Amino acid sequence: MAKLKDLAAMEDRLVAGHGMCIGCGIPIIFRIVLRATEDPLIIANATGCLEVCTTIFPRTSWNITWVHSAFENAAATIAGVESMYQALKKKGRIPEDKKIRFLGIGGDGGTYDIGLQALSGAVERGHDIVYICYDNNVYANTGGQRSSATPLGASATTSPEGKESPGKLQRRKDLTKILVAHNIPYVAQASPNRWQDLYKKAQKAFETEGPAFLNILCLCPTEWKYDESQGIRLAQTAIDSCVWPLYEVENGKYKINYLPKEKKPVLEWIKAQGRFRHLFKEENAWVLEEFQKQVDEDWEELHKLANL
Amino acid sequence: MKKETWKELTIGTINLDAGNSVKNLTGTWRSGKKPQFIQDKCIQCFFCWLYCPHSAILVEGDEVKGINYDYCTGCGICSVECPPKEKAIIMVKEEVKLAEGGAE
Repeated sequence: MAKLKDLAAMEDRLVAGHGMCIGCGIPIIFRIVLRATEDPLIIANATGCLEVCTTIFPRTSWNITWVHSAFENAAATIAGVESMYQALKKKGRIPEDKKIRFLGIGGDGGTYDIGLQALSGAVERGHDIVYICYDNNVYANTGGQRSSATPLGASATTSPEGKESPGKLQRRKDLTKILVAHNIPYVAQASPNRWQDLYKKAQKAFETEGPAFLNILCLCPTEWKYDESQGIRLAQTAIDSCVWPLYEVENGKYKINYLPKEKKPVLEWIKAQGRFRHLFKEENAWVLEEFQKQVDEDWEELHKLANL
Repeated sequence: MKKETWKELTIGTINLDAGNSVKNLTGTWRSGKKPQFIQDKCIQCFFCWLYCPHSAILVEGDEVKGINYDYCTGCGICSVECPPKEKAIIMVKEEVKLAEGGAE
């Protein structure tokens, strides 16, 4: 089991001085993930908060080779880099035993929505890559527009709450399931508050031969509108209420990694965040009910898939 | 912050100076509150280091030694996550008014 003391002694691949918001969850995720492999690492990063904030020209917070891709093609870019590595290995220009890891990164906008077809293509072709989606449920970088990861009832600038609407009317897309449907060797869902689970999953993903995908819950105090000091506690509520279940699918086999001792009502998750505040109006009670119903259904289905 | 001109910048927006963002002192945004480290209460769990969004926890050797105020933005996660009953990190009022923008 990894010790934090040892991880702290490792070199930072993402250094200080980036412009991410006060209390942002992204650097927390990548502090853990980037330490899960000691091999050289190349990253392709789709447009999004992480990309914009870490590379404000002429500065960069990346200590390793890092390529910026447009919103739609981080997966294609990293697949291309991986292909070049395989080709150069075949030609003998990279030694046979030289291991390099390839990581594609996108937010939920760049993964659930805009980058989905590039990601689908890259994993279907079987490239030896890891793709990580940091899912903060919204296009936070461009000012808080709804994405297909935005949950039912959340207010976003393009699904605002008001007299006519209780916020987003649609259910969030289940991207993790879509990736499972590609029959790739490793798919998992993680959260930074369970850091050992996240670290292990990142390690597994890097060691997997072939494509691996991680969907990681990402805290966003700016768009979720909560007290930024409570971020990690809020992530705990997400997994305790099963809004964000932690599970992995290894070669088609499901495993739930965290079973809450007592499943909390989704209300606990909702009441802490300003984006859901309007759901407590009388006329929006049905949204709360529907939200709980959907979470219960998904959780039950996950149990069946994991044979629990 | 002194900006490089086109003569000094690499062509093609390629950045050869990896990790040079450490010159951006994000601590200059901090306002209102800041964490204070109380060494003898610290149990060296490293949770503050783990959960700090702006890499502002000072680690020397294998010990947490304090806060790097050059980068700390005062979010307060370190204080909330500090596990001992008597916390080793508490949030205190920021006394100085910090300058706007980055510093070199």
